[in-house]
Amino acid sequence: MLARIRWGGVSGFVIRRLLLGLIVLIMVSIVVFAATQALPGDPARAILGRSATPQSLAALRLKLHLDQPVFTQYWTWLTGLLRGNLGTSLAAQEPVTTLLGPKLVNSSVLVAVSAIVSIPVSIAIGSWAALKREKIFDTVTSNLLLALAALPEFVVAVVLVLLLATTVFQVLPAISRIPPGSGPWNYPSALVLPVLTLVIAVAPYVARIMRASMVEVLESDYIEMARLKGLPERTVMIRHALPNALGPVFQVIALNLAYLAGGIVVVEYVFDYTGIGSGLQEAVLNHDLPVVQALAMLIAALYVVLNLLADVATIMVTPRLRTRL
Amino acid sequence: MSAEDLASESAEPAQAAVTVRDLQIEVADTRTAVVTDIAFEIAPGEVLGLVGESGSGKTTVGLALLGHARRGLVIAGGSVLLGGRDILALSDEQLRRLRGSVVSYVPQDPASSLNPALRVGLQLREVLEAHVGERDGGGAGRADHSARIAEIMREVALPDDPRFLRRYPHELSGGQQQRIGLAMAFANRPRLIVLDEPTTGLDVTTQAHVLSTVRELARLHDVAALYVSHDLAVVATLARRVAVMYAGRIVELATAEALFSSAGHPYTRRLIGAIPRLTGGRSLLGIPGHAASPGNRPPGCSFAPRCSMRIEQCEQEIPALRRVSADHMVRCIRAEEVLTQEQRRIGDPIDMPAAEDLAALRLDSVVASYGRLEVVHSVSFSLAAHECLALVGESGSGKTTIARAIAGLHRNWTGKITLGDVPLQASARRRDADTRRRIQYIFQNPYGSLNPRRTVGDIIEQPLRLFGTASGRDASRRVAEMLERVSLTASYAARYPDQLSGGERQRVAIARALVCDPAVLVCDEVTSALDVSVQAAIVELLGNLQRDLGLSMLFITHNLPLVRSIAQRVAVLHEGVIAEMGDAAQVLGTPGQPYTRQLISDTPSLETAIAEVGLGEPPVDAASAS
Amino acid sequence: MIPAAGPDVAAAGIPLEAPPVRATSLLRRSIRLWRTRIGVLLVGLLVLLAIVGPFVAPYGPTTPVGAPNSLPGGKAVLGTDYLGQDVLSRVLYGGRSILIMALIATAAGLIVGVVIGLVAAYARNALDDVLMRVMDVIMAFPQIMLGLVAVAVIGPHAWVIVTAIALTTVPRIARIARGAALPVVERDFIASAEAMGVPRRRILFVELLPNTLGPLMVEASLRMTYSIGVIAALAYLGLSADPNGANWGTMIQQNQLVLAVQPWGAVAPIIAIALLTMGTGLIGDGIARTAAGIDRSRGAE
Repeated sequence: MLARIRWGGVSGFVIRRLLLGLIVLIMVSIVVFAATQALPGDPARAILGRSATPQSLAALRLKLHLDQPVFTQYWTWLTGLLRGNLGTSLAAQEPVTTLLGPKLVNSSVLVAVSAIVSIPVSIAIGSWAALKREKIFDTVTSNLLLALAALPEFVVAVVLVLLLATTVFQVLPAISRIPPGSGPWNYPSALVLPVLTLVIAVAPYVARIMRASMVEVLESDYIEMARLKGLPERTVMIRHALPNALGPVFQVIALNLAYLAGGIVVVEYVFDYTGIGSGLQEAVLNHDLPVVQALAMLIAALYVVLNLLADVATIMVTPRLRTRL
Repeated sequence: MSAEDLASESAEPAQAAVTVRDLQIEVADTRTAVVTDIAFEIAPGEVLGLVGESGSGKTTVGLALLGHARRGLVIAGGSVLLGGRDILALSDEQLRRLRGSVVSYVPQDPASSLNPALRVGLQLREVLEAHVGERDGGGAGRADHSARIAEIMREVALPDDPRFLRRYPHELSGGQQQRIGLAMAFANRPRLIVLDEPTTGLDVTTQAHVLSTVRELARLHDVAALYVSHDLAVVATLARRVAVMYAGRIVELATAEALFSSAGHPYTRRLIGAIPRLTGGRSLLGIPGHAASPGNRPPGCSFAPRCSMRIEQCEQEIPALRRVSADHMVRCIRAEEVLTQEQRRIGDPIDMPAAEDLAALRLDSVVASYGRLEVVHSVSFSLAAHECLALVGESGSGKTTIARAIAGLHRNWTGKITLGDVPLQASARRRDADTRRRIQYIFQNPYGSLNPRRTVGDIIEQPLRLFGTASGRDASRRVAEMLERVSLTASYAARYPDQLSGGERQRVAIARALVCDPAVLVCDEVTSALDVSVQAAIVELLGNLQRDLGLSMLFITHNLPLVRSIAQRVAVLHEGVIAEMGDAAQVLGTPGQPYTRQLISDTPSLETAIAEVGLGEPPVDAASAS
Repeated sequence: MIPAAGPDVAAAGIPLEAPPVRATSLLRRSIRLWRTRIGVLLVGLLVLLAIVGPFVAPYGPTTPVGAPNSLPGGKAVLGTDYLGQDVLSRVLYGGRSILIMALIATAAGLIVGVVIGLVAAYARNALDDVLMRVMDVIMAFPQIMLGLVAVAVIGPHAWVIVTAIALTTVPRIARIARGAALPVVERDFIASAEAMGVPRRRILFVELLPNTLGPLMVEASLRMTYSIGVIAALAYLGLSADPNGANWGTMIQQNQLVLAVQPWGAVAPIIAIALLTMGTGLIGDGIARTAAGIDRSRGAE
């Protein structure tokens, strides 16, 4: 089968990156497993605390397969993971999948909506700022975005709550808890503040890189040449400038989306949003190892996939890289 | 330049394709003049050459003919009459319609002016589509465009099939990219074309092809052309009239023939004297100092500080561009004297010492590769002690690879390289300190070969420290000595590279290479990135040092005429093999191999330029005593 | 002997070209920008606050001074928090641990990251690939998640948090260092050093490193901003080293529920964190702009 794989061209590139991503994921799984289960010290004791009885410790150890050699433990876990069995939550005594399922959906909606809002907005802001660089719009947005980018998300979140939910205005809910059994689409107003927070967390970076990329493109020789050919300005912008400017932006977009995967941990906590972020936080506080492991792998997988998509998108927009493959 | 002078020009203003008057371009913020008082005309079908070194403002003038000024610059005054209309007075939209259809531009670097993300066919087609209705017989549809594109591709000697058009710029060679540039420029049959050094960076052979294409197209379509270049020899083969620019002004405007037989401006004379000649064997003469940048120009004639003929009056007022004979204008108050000056032989024939028998460096059957691709196929030669051997070839011939292999920078080779009697390891790191000391390397790019974060003194001292040759005060003394030797003062030691000009940086590189008394000096295209006058000075320096210090020198270049001014023997490389090797005068004067012959004939040299304009023996520069 | 005033060289009387002003120090030049100055001011102010705060605080961090959640007035200039403690005092006490941890974590990550990045860029072979894959693995975890997991497994100790942040900082710095070093490695002066046989360590740190300082300094301030943010966020989530002590992050979480009643309990630490991170952000931006300006003028050659 290996012989039949086309090693050249875009598909070959995708396959190579997939394999690479797989390797990264495997290494990540080893790290996750080692960190949570294989470290010296007794996980069982860490979970149950100092007051645990020897019997409960023994029972837990058995349950966690801690009596078996490390590699077998890892293998059991990994194969289970691949089969879709993410283990059983210690705290809730339920399979992790049922526990996390709805939360995963909620978080995905949150991330998706944030992405859908932030990406076009940042690209637009960045492009416009580049076009009108050094003028009012550019200076104002640059400084504003700089300030916003520096703030930690939870600060932004709490400030938004302060401004829009509790103290200054009271137009939006301060809490965004989604009751079990229904989805965030039934509570659109609950989504607004969390989405706004995430957009503010991500937009400045994408906008800034878009601006920088666009400025570099606009000052390039081929744009000057396009103008000297007498092409209408609109053609110059859309056909000539944009494809070249977008290349580096995809990488940043992917990185930022991956960043969101971590950002939701805090943001969901602030708004009490029922998602995997808050799920992770609870699991950590409860020492719920299987959940922690599952979530860590999920987020890492998301990161790898997003980076792969970004690489592919960059290649599509940069023909020069395509033929080098 | 007075109006009467212009009025008595041979071509009537109404007939000229383009007329430029009083053009002035300034730096937008400071209003410092970059170019001033520019005036000339070009008749339809005529090529006017615009020659100048870096900083002269020639590209700026070229762009102004399209009504364009680069970022930070602004066209402050004057007029550019195209078909009777002053394009500097047009609105943006009117200007846009003119560009690419009535007047077009061929840029210097085709690789960076073609959009890397778009197929070349599209980039060609859009020039047609954007100006539908403006060309003669407008209103063309898509099919007409395809026919026109095929036609234009044939005119520039490129394949006219759609598959070629579907390529991306990086899939084309440099020559092909430039032809696409030409195709885009000629597509709408403009009345005026501005060519901005379009053959820089191309191989001599490709360059020859491109030049002949330009000539053909201009003739075919009766297009007026402005050919901007720093290379007087190239310009002379193409243009009937030449304008020479210096420090933002035109200092001479004449036919090429008049220029070469007897130039009227001291700068032009020195420029011609700095051009290497194929049948030379004479030392080149550079020009002391360098051109002042905008804002730093002296009162009076800008060239005065460097001119050997200056008098007091020169420093007080700027001379006007005045007519000295039919079709010959000079901006110098002593022009008449310059014109009648005796063509004295200057530059003594170089007395090259006979090479000794011992080989300082020897290569035996060296095969070098990049990865799996073999680029040098069993090359053998030897470099005698105290000798300078020139290694010439076009890009891809393998000359740089050989040089780097000798220096230990390119490790992928087999065969034998011996320094004196010591066989060399492939990697510099594996060689012992003394061996490394004895082979020194000077790079092509003066802007990259010095660490911008270290002072000049540090940079020159580094080999001393490394090889333990000297330290402390002794080392500082040697550094100062070396700086003097390369004609820089000791005060340069405290400066940083980015405070130095290109020529000065190369001198520092030379000082660094020589400070530890090497036996072999490898010079890799060390003057290719420099202006002609600076190149002349550096070659002269290297030549003198080589003879004074008894160095064995391997001089790598693609510039054939340059060889005569520095080397005793020459080896011609072609695609990784030595095509011909022998005494420089012999190989270049009476080449034996067909490749060498073709290379020589393709090379624009002063000789070919002179021959082209119908003059006899190339005059040697007639500068006064200096 | 060739005379000192030779061809193409400035002799007496000939004007020497004055090129773009040389940046003897990127920092020194960036200070000239207003934004850098404001950034330095903010950071300086808050660092002062954090360090000197405990000595000038009117009350201890856990001393009850009044009824819980009371508005500013009387003994409490900014009011009291949910336990009746003085908000102002807690703010003055609350910055130290965040700052010190962030500083150590960023510095450690910077040093290791720079070495890895430079080595990878210079090696350009299998070593480069291996190092970057390892960096990829570490980067597969968002910073805060690694912090969470580390604390979950080992416990909420200061060293755990610092190590986790430092560890996640390393690959991000390494990537920037490598990216900045790659174009420099291609330049001839490095080849010249190699041809002369300059030892590798010297090439890396004396020739290469100084030429990558621009992007590195910008990234360092960015990382500092992030480190502060993540450590504060961890505290906000209840995972600080000293959950009962005063800590800006913890304070925000503790007083979030009563925002409608006594906003100052949360707003005061918010302002502190905001000013600090905006300060570091401004410094980074100032350096970035200066470096871009220098590059542009140098690129005019």
